[in-house]
Amino acid sequence: MKASVAGYIRANDVAHAVRLLASADGMGRVLAGGQSLVAAMNMRLSTGDMLVDISRLTELEGVTEEDGRLRIGALTRHAEIGRNPLIQTHAPLLAEAAGHIAHAAIRNRGTIGGALAHADPAAEFPACILCLNAVLHVTGPDGSRDIAAGDFFHGLFETALEEGEILTAISLPKAEPGEVQVVEEMARRAGDYALAGLCVTRRRAGYRIAAFSVGPRPILATGAMQALDAGDLDAAVANLAEEIEPASDTQASAAYRRHLAGVLLRRAALRIEGEAQ
Amino acid sequence: MSDQFENRIDIALTVNGEPVEARVPAGQHLVDFLRLELGLTGAHASCEHGVCGACTLRVNGDAVRGCLMLAAQADGAEIWTVEGLSDSAAFTDLQEAFVARNALQCGFCTPGMLVAAEELLSAGGVPDRAEIREHLSGNYCRCTGYEAIVDAVETVARARAGEAAQ
Ligand SMILES: Cc1cc2nc3c(=O)[nH]c(=O)nc-3n(C[C@H](O)[C@H](O)[C@H](O)COP(=O)(O)OP(=O)(O)OC[C@H]3O[C@@H](n4cnc5c(N)ncnc54)[C@H](O)[C@@H]3O)c2cc1C
Ligand code: FES
Ligand code: FES
Repeated sequence: MKASVAGYIRANDVAHAVRLLASADGMGRVLAGGQSLVAAMNMRLSTGDMLVDISRLTELEGVTEEDGRLRIGALTRHAEIGRNPLIQTHAPLLAEAAGHIAHAAIRNRGTIGGALAHADPAAEFPACILCLNAVLHVTGPDGSRDIAAGDFFHGLFETALEEGEILTAISLPKAEPGEVQVVEEMARRAGDYALAGLCVTRRRAGYRIAAFSVGPRPILATGAMQALDAGDLDAAVANLAEEIEPASDTQASAAYRRHLAGVLLRRAALRIEGEAQ
Repeated sequence: MSDQFENRIDIALTVNGEPVEARVPAGQHLVDFLRLELGLTGAHASCEHGVCGACTLRVNGDAVRGCLMLAAQADGAEIWTVEGLSDSAAFTDLQEAFVARNALQCGFCTPGMLVAAEELLSAGGVPDRAEIREHLSGNYCRCTGYEAIVDAVETVARARAGEAAQ
């Protein structure tokens, strides 16, 4: 099928993009890497969009250190997240996760901001930034605001972004010395969305676990975190099974996804033990 | 600074080394533009939602999905298709290895497969078979069963590394 688009314009800077979105009568749509949006338009899941192409805004690209934190521009591509030395050192979770996303050609164009704004419950980056306690930086018609990752994901493809707002960057604390960060997921084929996945970090203050593809949005598994802090892996697996809300679909049943989540938690715990030595 | 959304967008780009100027519909993807307007039918439009890889092109040095990029977004870009890469003899060795190893039957997947494989090969070194499979995981082939394709890519990687070592 072919896309049905109402109009297109390339934004010159963030302020221009915000103005264009505001002028589009609710039909404005940010176009970043296009790896979800153009697919949806080709399938006519999205029609009549007034596209505001932000993909040339180099000010939204790249990774920097700022006040002891890491700042990642919304247009930083998945491939860059996978190979960027600052990310590999200070947020290895994101670098590992990037390797699980789709295929090389899609990683060459897809952006982290697009993946977060799209908020597919099976996507890796939303769970990663929840696990890493990131902050999302957003600019809209009423100025700029910051949103904690824990408040950003509302449900299936739904986020805290308001009409006309643009995600410009995320920032997150750097990994502390000795911190371990791992992603474990199960997909039928390389590049497919995961049937279930977990991001797990261990720092001095304790474990953090964020689960994806097992509910309408990424889930911070606080019960499993407490059990792991207490050194009880069996209890963590049991708590995790209670905390997630997997659905059955053509890919896998809810029961199978719940089972997978437990297997993945055991694998992650083993890896963390191994890597911490 | 224009604030006007357009239905047709003027673009200027280079395709296979030649400058091209055109006015494209807002919703037209890059593969349709190349096939329908420029007659470059090497890259195929198949699933049109990013799954099969038949549309893979080189854009500004990267292998990308031609069906997931709008022609309007290609303004200023440098694009290479299988036609241009063949004419410039950039991957004649890879094409010969595909023939020698029987790495194609109907050939529908081949243009995308070549562009994707060349991206991996141009990174240098000799990737192992698992890496080759991973890199080509986004390119479907319904004929060969992949084994021969992996053979061809591996052969070329070895040959190029051998030449580089001499
Ligand atoms: C075959 C295939 C397999 C895939 N597999 C995976 C996978 O395994 N895991 C995974 O995580 N993803 C996967 N993806 C999706 C991919 O990661 C997309 O790149 C990503 O979801 C969207 O990023 P984008 O930059 O391409 O955004 P776009 O497609 O341009 O936009 C997506 C949505 O986000 C909005 N948006 C984009 N940027 C911003 C911004 N800065 N501010 C506000 N709104 C914005 C757009 O308006 C649109 O609604 C896959 C895609 C394909 C085609
Ligand atoms: S036609 Fe582009 S991936 Fe199938
Ligand atoms: S040769 Fe027929 S699809 Fe690959």
